[in-house]
Amino acid sequence: MNAIIDQDDNQSPEYAIHTRKLNLWYGTFQALFDVDLSIRNGMITSLIGPSGCGKSTFLRSVNRINERLGYVRIEGDIDVLDNNIYDPAVELVQVRKQIGMVFQRPNPLPISIRDNILFGHRLHNKGSKADQDEIVESALKQVLLWDKVKDRLNHKGTELSLEEQQKLCIARLLPVKPSVLLMDEPCSALDPKGTAAVEELIWELRGEYTILIVTHNMAQARRASEECIFMLMGKVIEHQATEDLFVTPAQKETADYIEGRYG
Amino acid sequence: MPEASSTKLASTADFDRRDLDWYIDKVVQLIVFFAGISAIIFIIGIFIFITMEGLGFLFEDFTFKEFFLSPFWEPSDEDAPEYGILALIAGTASVTGLAMIVAIPFSLGAAIYIGEFATGKVRETLKVLVELLAAIPSVVWGFIGLSIMNPLIIDLFDVPVGLNVLNAGIILGLMAAPIMTSIAEDALKAVPDRYREAAEALGATRWQVIFKTVLPAAKNGLLGAVLLGVGRGFGETMAVLMATGHAVNIPGSLFDPVRALTATIAAELGETAVGSPHYQALFTIGIFLFIITFLINLTADLIVRGIRKG
Repeated sequence: MNAIIDQDDNQSPEYAIHTRKLNLWYGTFQALFDVDLSIRNGMITSLIGPSGCGKSTFLRSVNRINERLGYVRIEGDIDVLDNNIYDPAVELVQVRKQIGMVFQRPNPLPISIRDNILFGHRLHNKGSKADQDEIVESALKQVLLWDKVKDRLNHKGTELSLEEQQKLCIARLLPVKPSVLLMDEPCSALDPKGTAAVEELIWELRGEYTILIVTHNMAQARRASEECIFMLMGKVIEHQATEDLFVTPAQKETADYIEGRYG
Repeated sequence: MPEASSTKLASTADFDRRDLDWYIDKVVQLIVFFAGISAIIFIIGIFIFITMEGLGFLFEDFTFKEFFLSPFWEPSDEDAPEYGILALIAGTASVTGLAMIVAIPFSLGAAIYIGEFATGKVRETLKVLVELLAAIPSVVWGFIGLSIMNPLIIDLFDVPVGLNVLNAGIILGLMAAPIMTSIAEDALKAVPDRYREAAEALGATRWQVIFKTVLPAAKNGLLGAVLLGVGRGFGETMAVLMATGHAVNIPGSLFDPVRALTATIAAELGETAVGSPHYQALFTIGIFLFIITFLINLTADLIVRGIRKG
């Protein structure tokens, strides 16, 4: 798609996200300890671990959305596509343009489906009214929602079913042309059918985007990701290809977790 | 434990026992019920009362054309009294209109600051202060209009009298702003945080989040806040009586004195003979005011509750 505005670097870096000694505190509580992670470009990587292990915290520091809480302190670096996003010169808006996020609870805005899709696009492309219909159509087609909603683009996004809302939330990221998609338990509010549909969609997007997905659901991590990271108590325990992590985990904690001994 | 189960069985006999607590519960329910519907009783009672007092005028001297379309309010003219409230309506409307022009930017700005920017102590302090501001008696505002704004306007604009639309509009705007701020802030607070998060994650700046997401989502509540301000403006009496100049006049400029509907009742009711046409005419103004403010407040309430869509 988008042959017109293709600003890909000639050689894309091997790692989309690269962290060095990332420590994070909420007030006085330390949530992340020396996280060193290298997340491959163009792959689906899942983050698993018990509640409170820091997986969502890590995810939310990759687009710096954590900062809206106001009491978060960070040490260390996160490089996204070889740029340190915690550099003081970095503009948050540009960071978020590159890194889209899907939240645990679908959060379409209370505006029409069409306006939802165009929301990000309009923020970043001032004045260009052209091609809006095309953008809406192509984004909705990519998330397999076009046939269902094409006749009611003026209905509110919040009137859709949860599964459709979540797909809409993924679709509205695409016109902004991010390179990384962060997904924070995107299926946890959905029923099994919706979960399957959204997982299928995530799998469809593989290769086009680097996808980092936090999940509570180990089966989902196994089905829907290529690499898998296991975190515990704010630390990264293991990072492997998904099939290896689930079949031959290197660490005892990982083995205990995937066998359901805790968490 | 066979004994325990047998005593339980025995105690089933008095399932229908009513002790003191039961009666207290019923009595309290009744009292609370009457307290609850008292608002309805009072509203209907007041409406009936002012209608009865004004009824004589409505059926005898009242002509729709004169009452609403004549700018001459001369009830004490002994030969040919005239009861036209057009000038009074113009007075109330002009003052309320100016008040909204003053109050909307103030209250919306304050609500956005308190709701979206201020945090912690600043926010709490401001909320308390705004509520204190709303509690200032209107006669104090009138006093400010009379003794501070009046000479100030005379000085600044070189006009002979400082009691006019401008003075009353500013005073009324400042009076209405706190309650409007409070309600507007509630409306902003009711916007779920995930909308802000969604917009921010898409790369919206703080201002874009507010302007493109929060304000549209809160627009019903904000409209309700404005309407309540308008209702306040229509109903306000004392400050308007003191700051408008109290001259029956259709204003041609901001510096013209006017007279408001409410102020007319307040100033003249004590000097009329009970039951006279003048007295009844004042009550007819009361009916008119009652209906207008009732409709405005009802609309505001419906909008705030989101019963209306749009």
